[in-house]
Amino acid sequence: MIPLQPPRRLIDVEVDGEAVRVPEGSTVLDACRTAGKDIPTLCYGDTLTPKNACRVCVVEVEGSRTLAPACSRKAEAGMVVGTDTARARHSRKVVLELLASSTDLSTTPMAKEWMADYGADPARFGEEAATVAQPPKVDNDLYVRDYGKCILCYKCVDACGEQWQNSFAISVAGRGFDATISTEFDVALTDSACVYCGNCVEVCPTGALSFKTEFDMRAEGTWDESEQTTTTTICSYCGVGCNLTLHVQDNKIVKVTSPHDNPVTHGNLCIKGRFGYGYV
Amino acid sequence: MSYDRLTHPLVREDGVLRRASWDEALDAAARGFLRNIARHGPDSFAMLSCARSTNEMNYVGQKFTRVVVGTNNVDSCNRTCHAPSVAGLSAVFGSGGGTSSYQEVEDTDVIIMWGSAARNAHPIFFHHVLKAIHKGARMFAVDPRRTGTAQWADRWLGLNVGTDIPLAHAIAREIIHERLHNETFIRRATTGFEEFAEQVEPWTLSVAEQVTGVPKEAIRELAHAYARADRAQLCWTLGITEHHNATDNVRALINLALLTGHVGRYGSGLSPLRGQNNVQGGGDMGAIPNRLPGFQDILDPEIRQRFENAWQVPIQPRYGLNLTQMLEAMAEGELTTCYLIGENPVQSEADSLACVKRLSMLDHLVVQDIFLTKTAQMADVVLPASAAWCESEGTFTNSERRVQRVRKALDPPGEARDDIWIMCEIARRMGHDWHYDGAQEVWDELRRLSPAHTGMTYRRLEEHQGIQWPCPSEDAIEPPYLHGRLWKEDPGPRAPFAVLEHSPPVDLLDEEYPFRLTTGRRLDSYNTGVQSSGFASPLRRGETIELCPEDAAQLGLARGEEVRISSRRGTVVAPVHIDPALRPGLVFMTMHFPDEVDTNALTIEATCPIAGTAEFKAAAVRIEKVS
Repeated sequence: MIPLQPPRRLIDVEVDGEAVRVPEGSTVLDACRTAGKDIPTLCYGDTLTPKNACRVCVVEVEGSRTLAPACSRKAEAGMVVGTDTARARHSRKVVLELLASSTDLSTTPMAKEWMADYGADPARFGEEAATVAQPPKVDNDLYVRDYGKCILCYKCVDACGEQWQNSFAISVAGRGFDATISTEFDVALTDSACVYCGNCVEVCPTGALSFKTEFDMRAEGTWDESEQTTTTTICSYCGVGCNLTLHVQDNKIVKVTSPHDNPVTHGNLCIKGRFGYGYV
Repeated sequence: MSYDRLTHPLVREDGVLRRASWDEALDAAARGFLRNIARHGPDSFAMLSCARSTNEMNYVGQKFTRVVVGTNNVDSCNRTCHAPSVAGLSAVFGSGGGTSSYQEVEDTDVIIMWGSAARNAHPIFFHHVLKAIHKGARMFAVDPRRTGTAQWADRWLGLNVGTDIPLAHAIAREIIHERLHNETFIRRATTGFEEFAEQVEPWTLSVAEQVTGVPKEAIRELAHAYARADRAQLCWTLGITEHHNATDNVRALINLALLTGHVGRYGSGLSPLRGQNNVQGGGDMGAIPNRLPGFQDILDPEIRQRFENAWQVPIQPRYGLNLTQMLEAMAEGELTTCYLIGENPVQSEADSLACVKRLSMLDHLVVQDIFLTKTAQMADVVLPASAAWCESEGTFTNSERRVQRVRKALDPPGEARDDIWIMCEIARRMGHDWHYDGAQEVWDELRRLSPAHTGMTYRRLEEHQGIQWPCPSEDAIEPPYLHGRLWKEDPGPRAPFAVLEHSPPVDLLDEEYPFRLTTGRRLDSYNTGVQSSGFASPLRRGETIELCPEDAAQLGLARGEEVRISSRRGTVVAPVHIDPALRPGLVFMTMHFPDEVDTNALTIEATCPIAGTAEFKAAAVRIEKVS
């Protein structure tokens, strides 16, 4: 009765002139990574279904009219992919410029490197360019929502919703440029359906969502990732056996995450695993 | 309140605990044990080993008890939660572990969550259930309360507290009468079907409806869905096991799996969800009075011989005392010294006042913990330990039998030391020159003695992100489910059906005590609250007595109003919280805030005669306005 995965056929794809072989059903991003090509991603999450929101991972596929988002486009036999063509580079540059002109990307890992790499110049839209700048929402002791850093990638909504947590505490409200991630009727988190699992923070690509410990330490200038160690151990509460990665600075736990490829958690935790370490 | 970590040893002098050096404290601990053993023999000693600590610590703990002291009196808080699951499963299948894996839950067709508030108590397990629901699986929740789990169910069967056996019997009878039972499986792999069928015969749907309060249509629907499913999972938690007849409850559920063949196949199985990080491992390591490491029966002479050869001491050929019997033996004066590691029985046991009295009768009490708990405050010697999950190396075993690596991320505070180091130091002072170079050396010793763990080197555990037992070979990984043998032409030892009688809760409802009090956990808190009080949860609202709007209206109570709750054993005061998920006559409290409200002053110490678990889930109480 074991549901054996049907054996997956391998298909041949060409990435930047190099032949790679990936299992059928892989994405173009998988194929690119197999070929050792590093493509920027923001809204892509390794535990989530692609939403195609940010367009920063676009690549050129021969014969395709438009650029293809690598994170969701399935690889096909004989596909010829260009990750670094002029058209793909130009598109990524503009996407980064638009995002960086309107959003604070200062805590987005790799953002600075990508901007330099693609020659993105967000300042070219001028001082008057519209932004989503706003003060951070600090309405509880566990995490902070700093929507001035939000690129509307939907990952938090998906993690809170039916893909993982099924709490449905947050969704997208508003239209167009005024769209935001919001609780129901924009109430404080403490009056929402939030259960403080932190699974939204786990997937946030820009630091718009962060743990209060990290937010406070950044504010006082003591947050220093180069001084942090990470150790994966097992949660001390119930018997499910969730894997916790403890981020430790100065012999203190400053953040708790979970490995995304773990068969028990798939990167998710509950309030106790994520925040219940205060007693050590 | 939040607790401060223990940072140095304490010894009692002139009635008060004072700071001591490690040498002084270890000497005092060893001296007291030796004195009692010399005076009253090894059976005057008992160890409560820690279900929160590593497998390695539990292995050394039970070895300390059996080798250094020479008794089998070792147990853990397993007793207050899932000992009946272990007893029930091992009586039927010869092994006490849950039979399935989390991934199988995602791939099943029907899930029954029986007495399990997993949505709140085991949230990440429930993620796997939710995956299954989104894929189209049907879920039934059987629980007196309409819990967060029930809110995701296709059907909620809100049974009266303590009527699990009548409900299971009615389900079985319906399955048999509709000829939905798996005759081939029953004939080949089980025994006792005829007697079982006869026993459940009186439990028609109508009779069951009267006793359980569950509409007969709902019982019928569950019976048909479970029996007709290609694959089905039956999961339970403390709603089944915290009863005076808990092992019978577990057997009643196992009967259903035997009847339908929902065990021993991928996707079909029985899953008790364990309540503490390593309560599974503690038992597997032999930190229980009737089993040696690897869950091997102490009464088997061959197995004993193997351990006697390895440890070079004789092992008593009889079972030791379990936690419940230990407490009785303290009252009788037969047990005079106790080594408690990371346990807080003063606040976690049913009828807590009786527990305090018994511990105070001991001649010598040593407590090893990370906090100065209520129990530690009664000790003669207090030894500050490291927190296993983040300050030591080792392994834990989870509810799906997966052994996973625990790693040290922090240095323990002050002079706190690793559990294994502490035990070795005491052993040395008692004439056994023990030394382990780290947890891995302990683990490798265990692997040599326990066939179920032999193939699990630390390297492989790392490589596979944990391995499920059994794992007898370093070259293979076994299937994720247990008891595949039941589907073989020759299934080996047959699985027996249990013939069971309904036995209602011991604490009867009457005019004086008209409400049924049941206890449980909340999402953001944990057990006696010692651990979980240390973070600022926005969800926390302290202890309350939760009751339904109808009862609140009848008693004229408003939300937040303080009321006096009394049982035949004690009285506490708590504010009212109104919860429409409860039914008239049913009230709910947690045990998370014992320093403010000692819920276990109300609960009854009526225990399961087989497994020794107390009936935390069913007390009779009265509720009165304070003013």
